Amino acid sequence: MAQIFHRSTNTLARVTIFGAVFAVAFVLWAIGGVVRSPYATDQGIEREQPVPFSHQHHVAGLGIDCRYCHTSVETSNFAGLPPTQTCMNCHSQIWTNAEMLEPVRASFANNKPIVWSRVHRLPDFVHFNHSIHVNKGIGCASCHGRIDKMALTFQASPLTMEWCLECHRAPEKFVRPRNEVFNMAYITTEQETIGPKLVREYNIQKLTTCSTCHY
Amino acid sequence: MPDQTPAHEIRPVTQEIPERFIPVPTVEPGHTFASVTDHISAIVLRKKMPFLWWVGLAASCFGVMVLTATIGKLVLVGVGIWGINHPIGWGFDILNFVWWIGIGHAGTLISAILLLLRQEWRTSINRFAEAMTLFAVSAAGLYPALHTGRPWYDFWLFPYPNTMTLWPQFRSPLMWDVFAVSTYATVSALFWYVGLIPDLATLRDRARGKIARVIYGMLSLGWRGSAKHWFRYESTYLLLAGLSTPLVLSVHTIVSFDFAVAQLPGWHATFFPPYFVAGAVYAGFAMVLTLAIPARKMFHLEDFITMKHLENMGKIMLATGLIVFYSYCMEAFFAYYSGNNFERYMWINRVSGPYWKMYAMLIICNGVAPQMMWFRRMRTSTAGLFAVAMFVNVGMWLERFVIIPTSLHRDFLPSSWGMYHGTRWDWGMFIGSMGLFFFLLFLFVRFLPMISIFEMRTMLPEAQAHPEGHEA
Repeated sequence: MAQIFHRSTNTLARVTIFGAVFAVAFVLWAIGGVVRSPYATDQGIEREQPVPFSHQHHVAGLGIDCRYCHTSVETSNFAGLPPTQTCMNCHSQIWTNAEMLEPVRASFANNKPIVWSRVHRLPDFVHFNHSIHVNKGIGCASCHGRIDKMALTFQASPLTMEWCLECHRAPEKFVRPRNEVFNMAYITTEQETIGPKLVREYNIQKLTTCSTCHY
Repeated sequence: MPDQTPAHEIRPVTQEIPERFIPVPTVEPGHTFASVTDHISAIVLRKKMPFLWWVGLAASCFGVMVLTATIGKLVLVGVGIWGINHPIGWGFDILNFVWWIGIGHAGTLISAILLLLRQEWRTSINRFAEAMTLFAVSAAGLYPALHTGRPWYDFWLFPYPNTMTLWPQFRSPLMWDVFAVSTYATVSALFWYVGLIPDLATLRDRARGKIARVIYGMLSLGWRGSAKHWFRYESTYLLLAGLSTPLVLSVHTIVSFDFAVAQLPGWHATFFPPYFVAGAVYAGFAMVLTLAIPARKMFHLEDFITMKHLENMGKIMLATGLIVFYSYCMEAFFAYYSGNNFERYMWINRVSGPYWKMYAMLIICNGVAPQMMWFRRMRTSTAGLFAVAMFVNVGMWLERFVIIPTSLHRDFLPSSWGMYHGTRWDWGMFIGSMGLFFFLLFLFVRFLPMISIFEMRTMLPEAQAHPEGHEA
């Protein structure tokens, strides 16, 4: 009887069997990579805005405090987006004819808010409160990165639950003195000593129960 | 006394041996190696299938379509289409899951435990029973996967490094279930496939068509039947049998933990693991009989699946049925002996509550019907065996109904009392899963040898080694 298969099939069979192990491992590894990549998390992606607002210019260049615009960050879950009137505090005086600022003037004139596109979007089943984090010594830059270096704003952190829990499980690694919360450039070499001290002082709990955020 | 006749010579050798002392053979006499191979492989390699096969395939294919429709509806709408609601959160879905998983157990018992115990009669039914196991586990697996409500997230059941840094709840028996059932499915599939390899090679060599030769050739993994191949095959098969053996006990034990670990009267009982395992074997053998009796008729396999096989299965059904019935009695005894009002109420409610008919039918099907197996005449009649097996199939379904919704429908507080009825979608899903099971079985008997050819050959007298100086 004639051979059904060519000799090379032997090699092919072995390669497929052993190769399958690596192929499966590779696919799993690739999926693990994709779900953590900016493709899935939007990390590091600059959003197009109606006005190309530069935090770099306003924060680093002009030295405006975060709270000048994000007024409710210390008292509310939402940090607050400034109304057009806040922009016009200055821009009624300077760059009054700049073409770039036309949407701002139009918004002011027509009393219609500027529709910014949201950069940090959490799923609806997660509750996040800015005030508790700010008041317990978590710096703006801890999550938002060096906003003062962003010409256009992007999401600096992946915002995965993995990332949230990194701090919730070990807050002493990230906590800073309250008076440094709005300092973009804060760096310390003594986190190991001051971290646990601040955790005690501010009475920070390691809140990792589901209902801390999902309620 | 020197002249006394030795005892073994007293009985005249011409005396007729009563028929009941003549052992029934595991293979009818008159077969040779070639006739066994011819007979079994011809079922697969022939062109025309019996008319009844087409009828069965069409009917089960319709069942698969019902299944597809119900799953489609479920995915679009959600588990609200089922009858489950507070206080009964587990209905047909879990009930049918346990029913199917239980049915699968006979296959593993036959192929692994009976192999290790050298019960040679297992040989002609093991392939068939293992296929039944696989298809029953497939049907069973559908239920918990769909019960989650969002089946596309079912991979969350497995522990893997996810972006939530969350692990499944390892303390939950439902989690253990995931491992138990997936291990069971994997080992059963491996065991079945490894056992098929020599037969696939036979089919490869006998197939006429090019496509059939290539497909059977690929599946037989280059089997040539050399001594080396056989040596490796035997070691692998024995190792897999060793792996499967604990699974026969562990899988249904863990399924029983789904209930026993909960603190609900009617579920929270220490005897659940052995009770469930016995019930599983009981249900499984009933299903093997349900399938084997028509199959041996349809494909003329009476020579290979002899009355001895059927009778043995009847005996196992009787034995496990008695364990199951003992468990029902113990349930009543524990309720009484616990001195606990809720436990007692649970049992009284089972017997005389709104679902009393279910309980009464359960006792008839699982308690009374298998008693027929005490009688040899019933054990050796295909009609009798088939009837009892059908009773058991229904009875085991009722048992799970009595355990699951009946225990749930009377909560501790009368304000959380309710009733449960399966909706038409529940029934659709049940009929659909049966359709899937039978559809796969009909395809199996068409494309694979339903009896292990090479193992059947070892059953022939020609294959038996003879001691020195004895001629058979």
